[in-house]
Amino acid sequence: MVDIAQLPTRRPFHRRRKSDPFSGTDAPKIDYKDVRLLQRYISERGKIVPSRITAVSQKNQRALAKAIKRARILGLLPYVVK
Amino acid sequence: MALYEHVFLARQDVSNSQVEQLVETLRGILESGGGSVAKVESWGLKTLAYRMDKNRKAHYTLMNIDAPSAAVQEMERQMRFNEDILRFMTIRVEEHEDGPSAMMQKRDDRGPRRGGRDDRGGPPRRDRDDRPPRGDREDRPRRDRNSDSE
Repeated sequence: MVDIAQLPTRRPFHRRRKSDPFSGTDAPKIDYKDVRLLQRYISERGKIVPSRITAVSQKNQRALAKAIKRARILGLLPYVVK
Repeated sequence: MALYEHVFLARQDVSNSQVEQLVETLRGILESGGGSVAKVESWGLKTLAYRMDKNRKAHYTLMNIDAPSAAVQEMERQMRFNEDILRFMTIRVEEHEDGPSAMMQKRDDRGPRRGGRDDRGGPPRRDRDDRPPRGDREDRPRRDRNSDSE
């Protein structure tokens, strides 16, 4: 039998639910021209960061992805950082 | 008429005055097609995020256009012939944003960025933490089976 005590113990999670940074009254507008804003949502490699990490809502994540892709077309953001 | 936002990139070795000339010719095309240009915003020579046709930099210009689609298509058609234009993008918008665009505003303020950065943390580090907790059902039965076979 596998000793239960030897199994790596899962440390208790107490993750606070983060809220969508694009909802609310003074939320920034998702805009392909706002490179400074979009840069926060791409990884060091230039990938779009998944919404489970950034807590962006589904609807806003779609808008965000589109804005990032537009910025990439215009050479404002990289497709990939090597 | 429809509203468009149009951004185009001019080659790095054209001069500012040539870019201005280019804007005027484009404006001419649109106006002859029955449209108008509400605003022209020059972002200047900016470094590209990646090399584009051997260019590392480009002159960016934003134009807010109010024109029928035929005029925009004609303008785009002529832009394709122009060797000085690296790339362009026209996007239909519901309304033009008034005041300078985000690109112009972000030049001077460097302060607010701090807070947002810290709040986010590095994506690679966060990645592990934010993964939803794995349910126990995933590995429990398998382990039992392993110990049976031993």
